[in-house]
Amino acid sequence: MMLGITEQFRDNWVLLQINGEIDMATGPELRQRIVHYVQEGHVNILIDLAEVDFIDSTGLGVLIGGLKRTRGHDGDLQCIGLSESLKEMFKLTGLDAVLTEKDT
Amino acid sequence: MTTGITLEIPAKAEYLSLVRAVVVSAAALDPAVKDQRLEDLRLAVSEATTNAIRSHANLGSEERITIRCGLTADRIEVEVQDRGPGFNPEDITPIGPLDQPGRLNYEGGFGIPLMRVLADEIKINSADEGTTVQLVVYTPPSTESS
Repeated sequence: MMLGITEQFRDNWVLLQINGEIDMATGPELRQRIVHYVQEGHVNILIDLAEVDFIDSTGLGVLIGGLKRTRGHDGDLQCIGLSESLKEMFKLTGLDAVLTEKDT
Repeated sequence: MTTGITLEIPAKAEYLSLVRAVVVSAAALDPAVKDQRLEDLRLAVSEATTNAIRSHANLGSEERITIRCGLTADRIEVEVQDRGPGFNPEDITPIGPLDQPGRLNYEGGFGIPLMRVLADEIKINSADEGTTVQLVVYTPPSTESS
């Protein structure tokens, strides 16, 4: 299972549009991309999850790791495009308290 | 279990997607199961299988993980059985809120709490020779005549 990731640079944000499923198989790829952007100085990352069919706790861990990494460099990581089931999952895990959905 | 399937997979993350698809397809054979419950099952099975794959990290590649899915009149039962070193479920401490200072240092700790929320019943039997996680999702009475 491949993860589709397309990038756009907007103002001082990197927008990542993700397509596919984020789990133990694909999560490392997203993690590497986030690490790469932060290393390159792009510390504000916006992740569009509208085309994500599935995300599990490994995927949530990648987002939490990205949040910690970007904030550690005075940046931020936010998500948009959450489906109802993803919103529910963010709520169940408390992720909604720290990974707020950016207004579009 | 009245009807069911059994899958044996190598302990590789690449098989997670297949496990989710097969289990949800089997559960969907019962027309009374609502989509939201199928989503709950999909996530819970993925979490259990992910933990099983992780537990095989130090085992040979010939050791398989077994997933059984059975449907009865009032429930879907899924068992995920691994051969990894066991653990004591009592030792799992609940994760704190993510906005708690320092919590962001830990990216994990969601799997078992999520399974407990998503499944109607969960049993974890763990021993030195492996762990079996049993997940149960209740199904409403079917309105179809047979």
